[in-house]
Amino acid sequence: MVAAPSPVVSDAPVDTPAPTPARSRAPRRRPTTRRRRTELLLGVFALVTTTFGYALVQLADAPDLPPDLWAILAGVIGLFVVAHLAVRWLAPDADPTLLPLAAFLTGFGFLVVARLDEDLARVQAVWAAVGVVAFVATLAVVRRIRTLERYRYTFLLLGVLALVLPLVPGLGAEINGARLWVRLGPLNFQPGEAAKVLLVVFFAAYLVDKREMLSTGTRWVGRVALPDPKYLGPLLLAWGASLLIMVRQKDLGSSLLFFAVFAAMLYIATDRGSYLLIGFGLFAGGAVIAYQLFDHVQTRVSTWIDPWPVAQDEGFQLVQSMFAFGSGGFAGAGLGLGNPTTIPNVATDFVFSAVGEELGLVGGVAVVAVVLLLCGSGYRIAVQAERPFPKLFAAGLTTIIGIQTFVIIGGVTRVIPLTGVTLPFVSYGGSSLVANFVILALLLRISDDNARARAPGRSGAAAAPASAAVSPPPTAAPPARRR
Amino acid sequence: MNRGIRKVGGTVVVLLLVLIGQLTYLQIIDAANLDGDPRNLRSVLRDFNRPRGEIVTADGEVLARSVRSDDGTEFEYQREYPARGLTVQVVGYQSFVVGNVGIERTYNRQLSGRAPELRTLGDVLRAKETTGTVVLEMRAAVQRAAAEALGEQRGSVVVLDVRTGGIVAMYSNPTYDPQPLAGHDTQAVADVFAALSADPAKPDLPRAYREIYPPGSTFKVVTSAVAFDAGTATPTTVFPPLDALPLPLTDNVLRNFGGATCGGTVFEAFVVSCNTVFARMGLDLGTRFPPGLERFGVEGPPPPLDVFPGAARNTGLEGADYRTDTPKYAFAGIGQGTVATSPLEMALVAAAVATGGTVLEPRAAREIRAADGAVVEAFAPRPWKTAMTPATAQALNAMMRAVVERGTGTRAQIAGVAVAGKTGTAQNSTGSPHAWFIGFAPADAPRYAVAVIVENGGSSGSEATGGAVAAPVAARVLEAALTP
Repeated sequence: MVAAPSPVVSDAPVDTPAPTPARSRAPRRRPTTRRRRTELLLGVFALVTTTFGYALVQLADAPDLPPDLWAILAGVIGLFVVAHLAVRWLAPDADPTLLPLAAFLTGFGFLVVARLDEDLARVQAVWAAVGVVAFVATLAVVRRIRTLERYRYTFLLLGVLALVLPLVPGLGAEINGARLWVRLGPLNFQPGEAAKVLLVVFFAAYLVDKREMLSTGTRWVGRVALPDPKYLGPLLLAWGASLLIMVRQKDLGSSLLFFAVFAAMLYIATDRGSYLLIGFGLFAGGAVIAYQLFDHVQTRVSTWIDPWPVAQDEGFQLVQSMFAFGSGGFAGAGLGLGNPTTIPNVATDFVFSAVGEELGLVGGVAVVAVVLLLCGSGYRIAVQAERPFPKLFAAGLTTIIGIQTFVIIGGVTRVIPLTGVTLPFVSYGGSSLVANFVILALLLRISDDNARARAPGRSGAAAAPASAAVSPPPTAAPPARRR
Repeated sequence: MNRGIRKVGGTVVVLLLVLIGQLTYLQIIDAANLDGDPRNLRSVLRDFNRPRGEIVTADGEVLARSVRSDDGTEFEYQREYPARGLTVQVVGYQSFVVGNVGIERTYNRQLSGRAPELRTLGDVLRAKETTGTVVLEMRAAVQRAAAEALGEQRGSVVVLDVRTGGIVAMYSNPTYDPQPLAGHDTQAVADVFAALSADPAKPDLPRAYREIYPPGSTFKVVTSAVAFDAGTATPTTVFPPLDALPLPLTDNVLRNFGGATCGGTVFEAFVVSCNTVFARMGLDLGTRFPPGLERFGVEGPPPPLDVFPGAARNTGLEGADYRTDTPKYAFAGIGQGTVATSPLEMALVAAAVATGGTVLEPRAAREIRAADGAVVEAFAPRPWKTAMTPATAQALNAMMRAVVERGTGTRAQIAGVAVAGKTGTAQNSTGSPHAWFIGFAPADAPRYAVAVIVENGGSSGSEATGGAVAAPVAARVLEAALTP
């Protein structure tokens, strides 16, 4: 067997006895361990970087290394190891880059928040632990992504509930002019973060189901193909929901995010550009109406167009944020050496401005690049998925991260009007962190499913014949090449 | 669906790249603007929390330095000004409450180590603190001589190195102590600043370059130069003796000092400072006068000066039409009427004669040195204007020497050195005439040019003349400058 001519079969040392036939398992071992080993290695990079950063933050204040450095380091390593082991155990064939990228962003976010506010950092650390628990739980509970497809209406119900929860008197709380919060005893959380994920599950399932219907019945108006009006229902529904969020909760960012993700998914499902056209037309219309009806929308837009005359008033945050970027320059002031606390809400909405000031263009571009890589991995998983639901679902989840990053960084750098959403994994904010870890787990689950479908043997009995039929040569080559 | 995913993915990538583009704009292209915006406290706070380079005179005296602060405030460094009021009009101060002025402002980037020539890439990566030392052209000995020579009298002294444009001394009295303004107590600093601003003696006004006065007869140097170059007069042109010159378009006359009758050659009229001759020369120049004034920097942009907030703009014959405002041309000929110049400008006029016609940019800083003493930036002399031809300069040199040898400026004589100069006694609206002297020495190989004004004649009051009050001050200062 060792000297066998077939390269696929030969290089497969069986290090654990398997209950299943050895020949079908053997070729699968190596890519799996290699993927997890890559993940571990990349994770070590992420951890080393963030630990050094944390030490630097502390050194900026005091001459000695912080006494809690080792505790922090142990905690960070512990969290990553737990997540990594969970992936080894629950999704062994999943993409190796997602977890380290998220670990980098989380660790990076922690050190920046720690530099801004020690107390918030402690809370953030606890939330990171909760996030990892949610990550493991998601991987453990959602063993097959198709399961989610079945409960689409349950998810719709939960998602809508989560959206309206902050509006319930006595339960909801308004913070910084936006009614996004639910107060339960000492805990504040934003159910909107959960709604985001829940609704994307529903959208993906619903759109896959109605895909045929939505993409036929085209009417031509000039050169533009319009869908049949009766199929515009879901689009109008999403439009209404996003307007509701904007109006009732004064949350422009979530509204924009929600609608953009939905429009993108609709476009992917139907491959019809007209939906995008109509979608953005609707959103623009809604935005214009909102602009005329609501002062806070007008203020946001006018301070975006020209913040300088109101630099001491409504534009203060934005102007201070731009000062932070300008003063940061190419290399930044150095961790702990700038003055990012002149920006109100710097730990949440403006965390990226703090990065820009203290780590400069280099640090800012690094964060954007990591998000880019994360999105790249996400979309690759979507493309590799063979069934429509996980495909659309993965694309939707990835689009959340990408668009949300654009909305908040674009806001604080004056590319678009400022709207308050968190920077995924980086900003201070528990609900957001947990939601992002759940998104991460779901992407890994889809990725693992993909790998199993391509290489039969370990997948469930029901899935094996189907996937074998789709990919004729049942070898380990495709996943290996993908690396 | 893959097509759609790729398109959506591509869109997200483009959006994220747009962010990188905007970051590049904010952090590279517009960074200096944003960082330097007065509403951006970062650079101010940063500058107060890091060491700052020294400001030293050419002869090595420290005029500004940073020391560790232990006053319990958030600021880690305290700026100190050992020379106090003596040099504040050049050095300025660093204040987080009222902002920086003077050299502290102009060379803030170098002093705080932010100038790129002070930082190597290695320094940037290691976040190594670098500061630049600003070496001034000023010589402490000359600056002290200027302050002592003026004494209690209100006025200004400017000494220029005619070969470089360097400001060897620039002092005006009254002055003020910058130390309280560099304090860390916001309220205390604001109170001191308010008291300074409210003081009717205006001690916070650097008169040497921020105030303009009628230059009186010292301006006859300018009138002569413009007339010689225009060909409307030569040193040997003869004017009839008069006690008063009738002014065109009016019933008024322009009289000589003390009601004297004088005339003759331009050379002799210059030596005794005969008003009627130079007023006549102003009228003869007519429309050729304003362009000549611009060649001296009397009209047009003010002299470029590297001391924030820069030199005051002088006034010449702007807005005075020769046909309708003819008398103003006569008054301009003797440095009265609409003409008003800063002491710095008059020092530049003297220097222009000394150099053979070229006016160099006045400059307070000589060079920037890195912490290790290496010169990282040396400021070369830069021509600003060409005021007159070499021949005219030569003629004026002889005329100005005669003034000090046997004319109104004999009290500017220095033993063993030929001094060239011109006195002025300028009528003004604030009281007794201002006593002026401008000149340079040695006359045959000029090194230093000087301008002195003693406001309202100083301690001599209405009895004062430029020759009696300002010329001795100039002599003392030039002597100090010529003493190595």
